[in-house]
Amino acid sequence: MSPGRVAGGVRITASGWGWRHASRRAFAVRNIDLSVAPGERVLLLGPSGAGKSTLIQALAGVLGGDEEGDQRGELLVDGHRPASARGEAGLVLQDPDSQVVLARVGDDVAFACENLGVPRDEIWRRVPEALAAVGLELPLDHPTSSLSGGQKQRLALAGVVAMRPRLLLLDEPTANLDPDGVREVRDAVARVLDATGATLVVIEHRVAVWQAMVDRVVVLGADGGLAADGAPGVVLEREGERLAAAGVWVPGHPPRRPTRAPLSAGARIPLLTASGLAVGRTGFGRRVPTVVNSGIDLSVASGDAVAITGANGSGKSTLALTLAGLLTPVGGALVAEQALADGASTAPHRWRSRQLLPRIGMVFQDPEHQFLAPDVRAELAIGPRAAGLGAVAVTARVDELMAALHLEHLAAANPFTLSGGEKRRLSVATALATRPRILLLDEPTFGQDSRTWGQLVDLLAGLLDDGSAVLAVTHDTDFVDAVAERVLRLDTLPAGAIL
Amino acid sequence: MSLITPEIRASTIASVNPVAKLIAAILLALVLLLSIDWASALVALVLEALLLPFAGLAARQFWLRTAPLWFAAPLACLTTVLYGRDSGDLLWQAGFVSVTEGSVSLGVAIGVRILAIGLPGIVLFATTDPTDLADGLGQVLRLPSRFVIGGLAGLRLVGLFIEDWRFLALARRARGVGDSNLVSRIAGQGFSLLVLSVRRGSKLATAMEAKGFGSRRERTWARESTFGRREWTLVAIAVVIAVLAVTLAVALGTWKFVLS
Repeated sequence: MSPGRVAGGVRITASGWGWRHASRRAFAVRNIDLSVAPGERVLLLGPSGAGKSTLIQALAGVLGGDEEGDQRGELLVDGHRPASARGEAGLVLQDPDSQVVLARVGDDVAFACENLGVPRDEIWRRVPEALAAVGLELPLDHPTSSLSGGQKQRLALAGVVAMRPRLLLLDEPTANLDPDGVREVRDAVARVLDATGATLVVIEHRVAVWQAMVDRVVVLGADGGLAADGAPGVVLEREGERLAAAGVWVPGHPPRRPTRAPLSAGARIPLLTASGLAVGRTGFGRRVPTVVNSGIDLSVASGDAVAITGANGSGKSTLALTLAGLLTPVGGALVAEQALADGASTAPHRWRSRQLLPRIGMVFQDPEHQFLAPDVRAELAIGPRAAGLGAVAVTARVDELMAALHLEHLAAANPFTLSGGEKRRLSVATALATRPRILLLDEPTFGQDSRTWGQLVDLLAGLLDDGSAVLAVTHDTDFVDAVAERVLRLDTLPAGAIL
Repeated sequence: MSLITPEIRASTIASVNPVAKLIAAILLALVLLLSIDWASALVALVLEALLLPFAGLAARQFWLRTAPLWFAAPLACLTTVLYGRDSGDLLWQAGFVSVTEGSVSLGVAIGVRILAIGLPGIVLFATTDPTDLADGLGQVLRLPSRFVIGGLAGLRLVGLFIEDWRFLALARRARGVGDSNLVSRIAGQGFSLLVLSVRRGSKLATAMEAKGFGSRRERTWARESTFGRREWTLVAIAVVIAVLAVTLAVALGTWKFVLS
């Protein structure tokens, strides 16, 4: 039986609906009046903090009961409360890693069906169908830990598809994926919807990804209610400018590019040189490092802006960590030139942590790995203080950064409680705080709306104009266009290649 | 291969339901803990060794997995011989260290006992897939599925924690605070790991809840877990080993009940 036999989509009706989380004073979302017909495909937009995720979680029935928060008005899925209709709605979230539940592909897809009490024979009929529907034709015992980000998101989608939901809810499912992953997931969703006729609600900053396949755009207002609602063309035409100003990536409204004041050629001083560099990591319990890329030649001078690109698994992140003096080169040479070494040894991986700090900064792909302090202000102060700045200078630098990256209102917040985009901005800010001569960033623009993207790019441009070098691992072509002068493209080594 | 998807060679023991292995290992351990004497432990150990080939463990894997035992058993034996309660003839003395017939036999009894209890436990679980164990606990023993599946899902996170730990170390170095002494570094990193794991755990919980986990509906199990002849055989073998060990020890007069 194909997924096509499922009975269409659900109707969503909201009247005066609102929700306040028990721990917060303000309503996360309020005054929502909305009616979505069965099978409609809705793109849900709005400035960050407008309550898009809250609305989608309410529809999925995972917001919780009365002890979790206050509800106003009414929100119904096919006439009943969403929580009483589990299994009607399937939800896919942003983070690929936290949605895999079981160790093997087939078992993970079967998981949702098991919870819904689907009989065993029926489960094993649905699992291969669901995997085929999302284009993930792997053996059922394939380990889930070896999947790429895009594959993990399609696996999450397959689990949802196997539930045969009549409402598909997607909360920025492609925000952390490279362009190939984005396409894979989007196409899989399209196939599933065509086959099932389910109703779709998708949240996404980047309108272009979904624009062609939705038939309605709903924009939440910053102060509650709906700011706009209608056909994509009409809404984007009328509201495009306002949406772009609020941070939504609207086609035809590119974010502002920084004005650069590049260094004169004479002011460029060589900083770091890699020749025939091989990079790799030593696996857990192993002695010999696994080489992920080799033969890399690169010279970095002050004011240089380099984008490091390449497919998943080509060793971009490993190269960044090696250039940052955090991993030991596996082969070849990595030499800090006179101007960078400045009295320290010429091998960055031998530097002490404090010697590294003013010389090379690194922003990790997962911002949560680098948070050390209980609040944003203290987090930003760690670097400058470790670099030996006085209390007054530290405060001045922290204030300046919080203003530039719009983090002031979060000064007392715990870094872990910030939104994905805010975390990433904070992690960039912690590296900027010590004004390193070289800054390496691993996917700095993941999850940024167009406004905060602009702020990040401005700051990096400023750093470059001041004579630092910036190297970024990125898939973001806008970012490469705006900042990079050179692109280092890594090719994937053939499997089993040795040094 | 990883913690949660181990590569397990097909073998007689690998194909037995993990619940049976669990019962066999616990049964042997309980009986062997009732007495501290060399005979019962040695009998059990010899019989277990005869069954080892059925586990299908490669030699390298066997020694790697059981390495802690080969280290712990002689060490426990030696310390008991040197410092254990003395009785019988004095064999050797230097300062307060004395070796007597009583301390030697107690030491041997403890050393062999550690092997006799540890080996079957480790070998049985080295041939077990965690997913199968969870299926067995839920279906055969009817333990609450929330607990069983929750634990299994949590186990998957352990692999991520190892990765997290390495990144935390690199990140501290990058942030200029990596020069502190080992103790404070491990303490700080440990705290960060704790925060990260709580966050990962709560995200996973939301994802599981969105897939209907924890609802009141009766759950079905995609993989059937059965308890049949092979399982009863393994449990019976464990009973036979335990009975033989106790009988022979009593017959030899070495049996010494710990509670008497």
